[in-house]
Amino acid sequence: MFTIYEARKILTMNPARPLASHVAVRDGRILGTGSIEELAGWGAHRLDRRFADKVLMPGLVEGHCHVSEGVFWRSVYCGYFDRMDPDGRIWPGLKSIAAVLARLGEAEAALDDPDMPLSGWALDPIYFGSRRVDRHDLDRVSATRPIGVMHASGHILNVNSRALELAGFLRPGISHPGIPLGEDGLPSGELKGPDAMMAVGRHAGFDREAQASDEPGLRQFARLCVRKGVTTATDLANLLPDEAVDMMLRVTGEDGFPVRIVPFRRFHGLGVVDLIRRAGELKARSSDRLRLGGVKLFADGSIQGFSARLRWPGYYGGQPNGLWYIAPEQLAEALELALAGGIMVHIHTNGDEATELVLDTMEMVLRRRTGPDHRFTLQHCQLADAAQFRRIRALGFCVNLFPNHHYYWGEQHYAMTVGPERATRMNACASALASGVPLAIHSDAPVTPLAPLFTAWCAVNRLSAAGRVMGAAERIGVAEALRAITLGAAYTLKLDGEIGSIECGKRADFAVLEDDPEEMPPEQLKDIRVWGTIQGGRVFDAAAI
Amino acid sequence: MDANDPIPASVIGGYLGAGKTTLVNHLLRHAGGRRLAVLVNEFGELPIDADLIVGAGERLIAIAGGCVCCAYGSDLIAGLEDLAGLADRPDHVLIEASGVALPGSIGAALSLVPCFRLDAILVLADAGAIAAQLADRFMGDTVHRQIASADLVLLNKADLVSARELAATGSRLASLAPAARIVPARRASLPVEIALGLHAGRAWRDAAGAGTAHVTAAFETLSFVLDGAFDVTGLAAALAGPELGILRAKGLLQDRAGRLMVLQLAGGRHETEIAAAEGARAGRLVLIGQAGHLAKAAIGAAIEAARCR
Ligand SMILES: [Zn+2]
Repeated sequence: MFTIYEARKILTMNPARPLASHVAVRDGRILGTGSIEELAGWGAHRLDRRFADKVLMPGLVEGHCHVSEGVFWRSVYCGYFDRMDPDGRIWPGLKSIAAVLARLGEAEAALDDPDMPLSGWALDPIYFGSRRVDRHDLDRVSATRPIGVMHASGHILNVNSRALELAGFLRPGISHPGIPLGEDGLPSGELKGPDAMMAVGRHAGFDREAQASDEPGLRQFARLCVRKGVTTATDLANLLPDEAVDMMLRVTGEDGFPVRIVPFRRFHGLGVVDLIRRAGELKARSSDRLRLGGVKLFADGSIQGFSARLRWPGYYGGQPNGLWYIAPEQLAEALELALAGGIMVHIHTNGDEATELVLDTMEMVLRRRTGPDHRFTLQHCQLADAAQFRRIRALGFCVNLFPNHHYYWGEQHYAMTVGPERATRMNACASALASGVPLAIHSDAPVTPLAPLFTAWCAVNRLSAAGRVMGAAERIGVAEALRAITLGAAYTLKLDGEIGSIECGKRADFAVLEDDPEEMPPEQLKDIRVWGTIQGGRVFDAAAI
Repeated sequence: MDANDPIPASVIGGYLGAGKTTLVNHLLRHAGGRRLAVLVNEFGELPIDADLIVGAGERLIAIAGGCVCCAYGSDLIAGLEDLAGLADRPDHVLIEASGVALPGSIGAALSLVPCFRLDAILVLADAGAIAAQLADRFMGDTVHRQIASADLVLLNKADLVSARELAATGSRLASLAPAARIVPARRASLPVEIALGLHAGRAWRDAAGAGTAHVTAAFETLSFVLDGAFDVTGLAAALAGPELGILRAKGLLQDRAGRLMVLQLAGGRHETEIAAAEGARAGRLVLIGQAGHLAKAAIGAAIEAARCR
């Protein structure tokens, strides 16, 4: 006995049969698509008509996000834009510092323990003009309880006086580039860069390493995935200690767990040889819903943090070039060992010089050894130009670009970081496709919201939040964008044989939509309503998750 | 050393392959009874020579002679705080920077932990490779920034290049880091007094006494007994002049107001502070420099010029 689902429309992404009215599912996999008559030929079945007025498409694949999105929702959302939490509640964006303080104040009033830290996230004061948030602002929420609010970029943390005091920083004489001082000679409460942020953040409820194995966070993340139509999501990246792997295997293995998680081991805390060996060990522990074995390398920092490595002429404001997070020798060794061991590598490159280094290094490595179908993926790769995309293609790389940046920070890139021309070329999806580069697009949640249909909208429209089109020539079509959030992302994970399209033999992973992406005007793609998902043949109703 | 005194810390930087790990192991071997704590970003391929290890955990390696090596992961500040909390407080901390890290940033982070004080930034350069590294289209500016942040550049593997090449490389580095001292070495064998400074406790006694056992033939020590009062701050600044050739100095001198002052100098970095009055006798000054590079007459003149009359 198997199930045949009837739908208003099924977008299969299978060119042999792009549209269908029915899909047959057995043992969590797809028997086929077609008409009821065609599918009945498989034998005794049960017809399920509950989606007769819905549109099915392949389950969405988020190729670059972080499970920590589920952890952050335990903190107070302080963002400028409306955002949905794992319960499906939409938190209105906060349009002034006063509104941020008011929401923090409400959360503060609900806390019993007077010493418990209060944390907030997704603050984006760029939108509040030139006024900086300082410790005195947060002191108005509480002067006795430590408070920390992470910025949306993840590169700045605002804290109150109590948090500074607990960290031993509320004293004169602090001299550190990441700790601006107020007129009184004491830290203003803004902390920039990992050293300063982590030194105080620990006292205000932020612990990055602890997020790696946060079970409630993983469960919340999974609920959010259902609401956004996501059936496979990466965790890019995680230190993956044994206890985190044990927990993830247990939780994802539960009958009701709705997502396939693909965690990547961050290159940190061990040498290259041990990294690749560890990846091999992890790969052997994979289950259907926990796909282990990939590694993530970091070549540089971020563009808005001015720590990305840019080629000439560098930053628009003349800021010094960014930081390298890996030496070319280490990169070469990692690539070579990974090719030899069949280990999947995804590399963070934000700036175009970082991309160039990876390309040069890979070219050298590939002269020494072959790497058939390696599909190593450049993550973000935001500033690659057409010539780099041609090399990316020639060297067998994939890219996972970040079009959400145009919406959230496009104006800032235009005015401040890379200047007008490169701001309108960033995340050049059309150039990537024109060069034949396998393309995925991503949210980097929690940096921007997990919502592949929104990301697709960004790639199709390239609008900034202010409404300006950031490089019309790099817009892509709806069909291309939908492919990028399904088969495209699956390809970068070497899962395209299993997921990413609705066709015979693949996993029964579907996004269940109220609206038809093909009929929706392209400028409304982000407004498509998601009913829920089917993952491995199991139905998950977002309203009941 | 008083339990409340800040722990001196040195940053050891330099590009991949310059010899940072060799230097660390050299210093551990010649610690001379000092309890050194080595802080590394991560336990990569053998940070410590196997024969020095007496016990190893996931984040801490115990080393012969009461020394330790710790991995701090992504949180340097927490790593430093952990070290400060060790039951056996280290005498000196060595922070080994990764090959692409900026030692100056690590020095800045150090300033955030009150129980430490930055003693010196030592940057190693591979004498045969540094010119190409400085010219590298990707890494050149990072290597520049590393060198420019140094108090002391250890021009390592000096025996593998010609004297002419060594001299040219040395003056190139001196132009990039005008305040730093450039010291050629082979196998990163820098005397521990130069690497760690001449700080209080055992280091001070050893250096001030006749025994300067760790100073090899390539280096020489000058010791002075100086009675009377001095403009200690002025003397420190004068001794930092590169033409004097002093790599490290420590003095315990009486100042104009009759206070006992400690004078410290490492490369171009110098500082003076009021000494903890623990019965130490004023009037001593010890200097270390490369053999034949100490400008003895000029040093004597600088001392006399700082004497209060
Ligand atoms: Zn990310």
